[in-house]
Amino acid sequence: MRSPYEAAETCTAFIANPNATDLETMSSTLNGPDFEAGMLEIEAKIRELQAAGLRDESSEQQDLEQQIIDLRREWNRLTEEVYSNLSPWQIVQVARHKDRPYTKDYLNLAFEEFVELHGDKHFGDDRAMLTGFAKIDQYKVMVVGHQKGRTYKERASCNFGCAHPEGYRKAMSKMRLAEKYQMPIICFIDTPGAYPGVGAEERGQAQVIAESMFQMSQLKTPIICVVIGEGGSGGALGIGVGDRIGVLEFAYYSVISPEGCAGILWKSHEHAPKAADALRFTSKHLLELGVIDEVIEEPLGGAHRDHHKMAGRLKSYLVKTLEELKAQPVEQLLSQRYAKFRQMGVYLDGLQQDAAAATT
Amino acid sequence: MATANKDQSTKRVLKRAVPDGLWIKCPGCKATVYRKEAENLQNVCPKCQYHFYVSARQRIAQVLDEGTFEEWDDHLCPTDPLKFADKKRYADRLVDEQQRTGLTDASLTGSGMIRARRVAIGVTDSAFIMGSMGSVVGEKLTRLVERATRHALPLIIVSGSGGGARMHEGILSLMQMAKVSAALSRYHEAGGLYISVLTNPTMGGVAASFASLGDLVFAEPRALIGFAGPRTIKATIKLELPEGFQTSEFLLEHGYIDRIVERGRLKNEIARAIDYCGK
Repeated sequence: MRSPYEAAETCTAFIANPNATDLETMSSTLNGPDFEAGMLEIEAKIRELQAAGLRDESSEQQDLEQQIIDLRREWNRLTEEVYSNLSPWQIVQVARHKDRPYTKDYLNLAFEEFVELHGDKHFGDDRAMLTGFAKIDQYKVMVVGHQKGRTYKERASCNFGCAHPEGYRKAMSKMRLAEKYQMPIICFIDTPGAYPGVGAEERGQAQVIAESMFQMSQLKTPIICVVIGEGGSGGALGIGVGDRIGVLEFAYYSVISPEGCAGILWKSHEHAPKAADALRFTSKHLLELGVIDEVIEEPLGGAHRDHHKMAGRLKSYLVKTLEELKAQPVEQLLSQRYAKFRQMGVYLDGLQQDAAAATT
Repeated sequence: MATANKDQSTKRVLKRAVPDGLWIKCPGCKATVYRKEAENLQNVCPKCQYHFYVSARQRIAQVLDEGTFEEWDDHLCPTDPLKFADKKRYADRLVDEQQRTGLTDASLTGSGMIRARRVAIGVTDSAFIMGSMGSVVGEKLTRLVERATRHALPLIIVSGSGGGARMHEGILSLMQMAKVSAALSRYHEAGGLYISVLTNPTMGGVAASFASLGDLVFAEPRALIGFAGPRTIKATIKLELPEGFQTSEFLLEHGYIDRIVERGRLKNEIARAIDYCGK
């Protein structure tokens, strides 16, 4: 069994080596979710053959290469099959995958520069919320994003991506700064939820989330929000009010965690897969329900298999969207932002029904 | 559909304020209290001033001048956009809750007078699926705020919601938090006075949206108010929670509430605040 620290090293190596191909860098040495078992097995075989090929320079080289090619074909076929039939609960496993790219990874891979700005100038510097200036393409932007942390140590300091009130206060203050200099804001959402704790309640967790939405709805600068992993409830929405909402293909965005929902409605966390089905929170459902604008496709086998490809796709989405939003006058932006959230919700209107009945 | 059974069950809901029977046990002081006596005190325990549940309609009767309430948007009814089912179908649950409470959903909105001052008022009722906010609560409150903005009315929202954002409507419920907050942001820009009144319980997505955004935040004594549920917090930190955690008094001490207001004084306190703010 590998230690989490070793696991983290594998990931760093993975990010640091842009020339490596998908299969070579796949993190199959780590245990993946159950439904990836078949895929991981093939990956292991490929690695074995590659190692054998390196040792033995002689005769059977060609045969070996052919075997590897066949295995890769098989891997592609299987992965496509598995990943096009993921259940909502399996999608949650992908969204939570420990190798999934986090805000920091995207800052490294999709942005030219990141200048971190710390602190809420009120209580502290929440490591679960990363904020700062960044450059992407020709744009100078403010990035605000949840950070989960890769190593155990980092995860503990980030509270696994669960921000405290000081995190939301930090986000709000940096967003106000961005507004002052007409800098577009990019929010990366990736949190199981806002931190549930005594200190968080004492420092106004409910109040800061409310205030953040209140403020974001009127900030006079473009805002793009992207759910890159977990969109956990109020903690996600606290940095989720913007002009465009994008969601990665295997991310999810939900009113409550499937475990929390199962605990309340089925009286046991074991029913989380059922709750995941019922909550309709996958990217496909979110698009159907009209709460997001775009689904950003992930590489075959999920974003955790190829950080570079994912970052590239995210970058083109961001640059394209920045271009669109920068072209609009601020007043128009604000009224469209209001209208966007204004139309969300599904209900029956008795008056309209009566009117419809009267005309037919 | 939902309105069909509204009238017949309105009568029933008035009784629901405290458990049926001549005598009730007070959860505050464990004393046995004569029901009539508590009712005469607007459902407050005569011994320890524990504030019992009051329905949205009762609350409106307590706060507004008699006969001045004009209900808005009562034609909005919930539906089941996700085809959600746990042990029970959400569609069935809605019908049951409507019959039990006499409400179409968890909120009442409208306008009326408080000591002869016209106000826009919204109340959530914690008896209807824990007073949780789904599309209808979100839409009704947003319309309320928008109308208050257009007509320059002071705005009062009395929250009673243990459920926060309603799970059964999934992400659509979550988005209501942003929708109402955005409307309140515009109301604020327009200079409107918003008084938020927190009652037992105000939790989760309701606490984390409109309930916390008042220019003035009042709370009834000893109400449970917070973001995460006490059980969730206990499970996370694996420690006992401090005494009085997440009560009105706790929030006052930590600076999130302007005043704790006993039920009997609520109407006067609101009227006085409106006077101070010149509306």
